Amino acid sequence: MPPLIHARGLTKRFGDFTAVDGIDFAVAEGESFGFLGPNGAGKTSTMRMIGAVSPITEGTLSVLGLDPEHQGPQLRSRLGVVPQEDNLDEELTVFDNLMMYGRYFDLSRAVIRERIDELLAFVQLTEKRHSKVDALSGGMKRRLTIARGLINEPDLLILDEPTTGLDPQARHVLWDRLYRLKQQGVTLIITTHYMDEAEQLCDRLVVMDKAKIVAEGSPRALIEQYAPREVVEVRFPAGVLDDVADRFEDLASRTEVLADRALFYTDDAEETIAGIAAAGLEPETILARRSSLEDVFLRLTGRSLID
Amino acid sequence: MATPLPFRVFESEARVYRRTWRGSVISSFLNPVLYLAAMGVGLGSLVDQNLPGGIEGVSYLTFLAPGLLVANAMQTGAGEGAWKVMAGIKWAKTYHAKLATPVGVPSLVAGHMLWSGARVLMVSVIFAMIMAVFRVAPLLQSLLAVGPALLVGLAMAAATTSFTARLEEPTGLPLFFRFVVIPMFLFSGAFFPITQLPGWLQPIALATPMYHGVELSRAIVVGTEPAVTWWVSVLYLVAWIAFGAAFAIAPFRKRLTP
Repeated sequence: MPPLIHARGLTKRFGDFTAVDGIDFAVAEGESFGFLGPNGAGKTSTMRMIGAVSPITEGTLSVLGLDPEHQGPQLRSRLGVVPQEDNLDEELTVFDNLMMYGRYFDLSRAVIRERIDELLAFVQLTEKRHSKVDALSGGMKRRLTIARGLINEPDLLILDEPTTGLDPQARHVLWDRLYRLKQQGVTLIITTHYMDEAEQLCDRLVVMDKAKIVAEGSPRALIEQYAPREVVEVRFPAGVLDDVADRFEDLASRTEVLADRALFYTDDAEETIAGIAAAGLEPETILARRSSLEDVFLRLTGRSLID
Repeated sequence: MATPLPFRVFESEARVYRRTWRGSVISSFLNPVLYLAAMGVGLGSLVDQNLPGGIEGVSYLTFLAPGLLVANAMQTGAGEGAWKVMAGIKWAKTYHAKLATPVGVPSLVAGHMLWSGARVLMVSVIFAMIMAVFRVAPLLQSLLAVGPALLVGLAMAAATTSFTARLEEPTGLPLFFRFVVIPMFLFSGAFFPITQLPGWLQPIALATPMYHGVELSRAIVVGTEPAVTWWVSVLYLVAWIAFGAAFAIAPFRKRLTP
């Protein structure tokens, strides 16, 4: 089967600034595909090119077999978009927002009404049907935006940082809904700078940094490839870290010294913790955990995802 | 058959309007009543005492009403192109949401113009009905004068939209209204003939879209002969609409689909 999205040498420039620098990727039907990277890595620019709202500067891009530049309206009629910033009509009710949006796709009012019932149940907003949008919480608005993105039963749903700015509980509700969509076979594209989000939702992802793709694979494969199994995080009192950093060398296969803590990458956390004690180091806290995409990112770029 | 994209934009504007239509319709009635009563009847009685032959051969109320009809349309058009466009692009970003659907920038601008036209038509038809109530002219004749008013409203909606779309900050909008819309309202021949203006100001008044609408609508209501041939004025207004809307497309693209 040909890929649903296919990009080669995809480039976006704004004047002298290169937002996306010759990236290649392909997304298969039914896949949940992620773009992980810090702010400014070029994720949103890539999403906007895929969504046919931003012309490509160079390279080739095909989405659902269509050319975004010349078949924009046709392509957009088959996409669902959940933008980074909510752009619902705050003055209108939940129902009116969905009805209005459905009408842009030229769906009949009867069809939209049916779908509104289903979608509101799906995003758990049925009882908010007649509420004005500006009375909804941030998490509810996000869920409504997702419902809006599904009103045309899209072949591809694009989510740009779907849970940024939400509290943990609202994020989990949202993840649960997105996970269900994934199970229903909807192809998802998700950008995020949360590693846990990428691990939860993405079958496969690319790590972006400074307009380029620096790694690609499933979350598990990336972690296995770029980070040993476990991480020991140690914190020292202020000022001490720099003084003791030169004594870390033999404690783990790799160490990263960050501003406030040091990370030891190891295949056996217990052994490393014992080694820290044996070396006479006295950290404030010690935390052992499994490696995550955060560690992959740190390894690839030397920086953390969220500064 | 698929609904043309501009009509889908029009429908969504109408859906938003449904929420506020009551207040809007009430002021559409009140505005002409207040203006025609105060300026046309009140001030007009003084004017008529001093000009026994009337102004251009008719009472001040009759002279004023078709001009005010157009002035009102002009303001409505400017209003449609101002804060709503700013909100769509910058504040609520509802234009971004529209453009994620099959709607593209030209259809968005066209739909916005259609809706602005509908708004101008609404206030102007109401105005024409009030004119008939004030016995300025028979209803049919008053309604015919809505034609030029609609053209002027559209011209201003188009020009204001392309102006707003170029503004980074909304601070330019109050200035635009203070230094462009209100002077145009006052000095484009609605309240007095532009021949009363100092010579150097007359070409400026002549260049405004409103002046041409006032002359046309007055010709329909009063029967006066416009200073500019009627079809030249019509073409001039159509050019304002076409160029105004066309000039909105580039800044819309730049800001919404960069």
